[in-house]
Amino acid sequence: MTAVSLTVNGNAVSADIEDRTLLVYFLREHLQLTGTHIGCDTSQCGACVVHLNGRAVKSCSLFAVQAQGAEITTIEGLAKDGQLHPVQAAFAEHHGLQCGFCTPGMIMTAVDMIRRIPVLDRETIRSELEGNICRCTGYQNIVSAIEAAAQSMAEGEKAA
Amino acid sequence: MIPYAFNYHRAQSLEDAQARLASSPDAKVLAGGQTLIATMKMRLANPSDLIDISGLKDLSFIRVERDGVRIGAATTHAQVAQSLELRRALPGLGELAQLIGDPAVRHLGTLGGSFANNDPAADYPAAAVALGATIKTTAREIAAEDFFTGMFSTALEEQEIVTEVFFPFAQRAAYAKFRNPASRYAMAGVFVAQMADGVRVAVTGAGSCVFRQAQMEAALTREFSPAALEGIVVNPSELNSDLHGSAEYRAQLVAVMAKRAVVAALR
Repeated sequence: MTAVSLTVNGNAVSADIEDRTLLVYFLREHLQLTGTHIGCDTSQCGACVVHLNGRAVKSCSLFAVQAQGAEITTIEGLAKDGQLHPVQAAFAEHHGLQCGFCTPGMIMTAVDMIRRIPVLDRETIRSELEGNICRCTGYQNIVSAIEAAAQSMAEGEKAA
Repeated sequence: MIPYAFNYHRAQSLEDAQARLASSPDAKVLAGGQTLIATMKMRLANPSDLIDISGLKDLSFIRVERDGVRIGAATTHAQVAQSLELRRALPGLGELAQLIGDPAVRHLGTLGGSFANNDPAADYPAAAVALGATIKTTAREIAAEDFFTGMFSTALEEQEIVTEVFFPFAQRAAYAKFRNPASRYAMAGVFVAQMADGVRVAVTGAGSCVFRQAQMEAALTREFSPAALEGIVVNPSELNSDLHGSAEYRAQLVAVMAKRAVVAALR
């Protein structure tokens, strides 16, 4: 057992956990943040993507002890003051989901790519999504949602 | 998927990591963990201890020097892919890093981890062998061709840790990769480097370990163009055959990827 302390969605959390606890189980089972999903056993599906110090990572491929002192953002941490994050709003508006299981990972990946890449075309969005799998084959609208969110966020920045 | 139990240690220094490795024979070094942790989840690996070196700041850097580029072992694939300085100084390497895994994997996976693991379908070994890179460890310096010794095996001794890799400049260089559509690993990847003393061609993903293709090297040294590769038939007898493709298919992919790499290098 090891004591870990980290910040999750702006809140300081500490716990004694087994060293082998994957970050995704720490989030889901210790903190009850079940918005982060587990969709595979092989680290390929991307349903568990969260942000570690601002960068998208697969929380199934990282032990919680490795995140000692880190800042984690999960899907629950995106909305502010009851307002959906622009990427969440765009997924709703463009019907970027069917069953919704992959959506938390898709949105966390989308927020990360919009932060890193100044101008996103559809081809770039698709290649940036290669670590996220949607089994409803809803990619078309996911790409549209991310494209729209990137545009609205860029315009928001200009206005501000 | 829950791995077997182990004890986690955050290394305070390379010396600390080596001392811990020496005191626990079944310990493993943890860097980005993007292969090791997946393997542990499948319970295909059962280390007693994990010694995390990813936080060692001294191992994370990209330095352009007079004759080449030096990259620290804990530098992530994303850092290599995003370095404009590297792309200007040594074409091919940043582009290769951009093709590893997916964005989340690239944010954690490290250069040193890829070298030490030597997955037969890893990308970095092709660049290292084609460019004639030198791998620096806690004990010595090893030429890339002597470092990668076989499937998942390297010249590293038990307590030896990769600390940095030096890639010499090339006149022209590029990497072309045919990715497995599910895993993103190379079905065949070819790195072509035109050096002052001739062209070197290294192939990954197609065989059990990275290898050089002498016929292509000779042809491209005479004339650096895709046309120079016409008529060269890659021998499939030592290539991989598996559910993703036959050895003959991979032989054909090597020929096609080599041409694409030459075209990219000429751009």
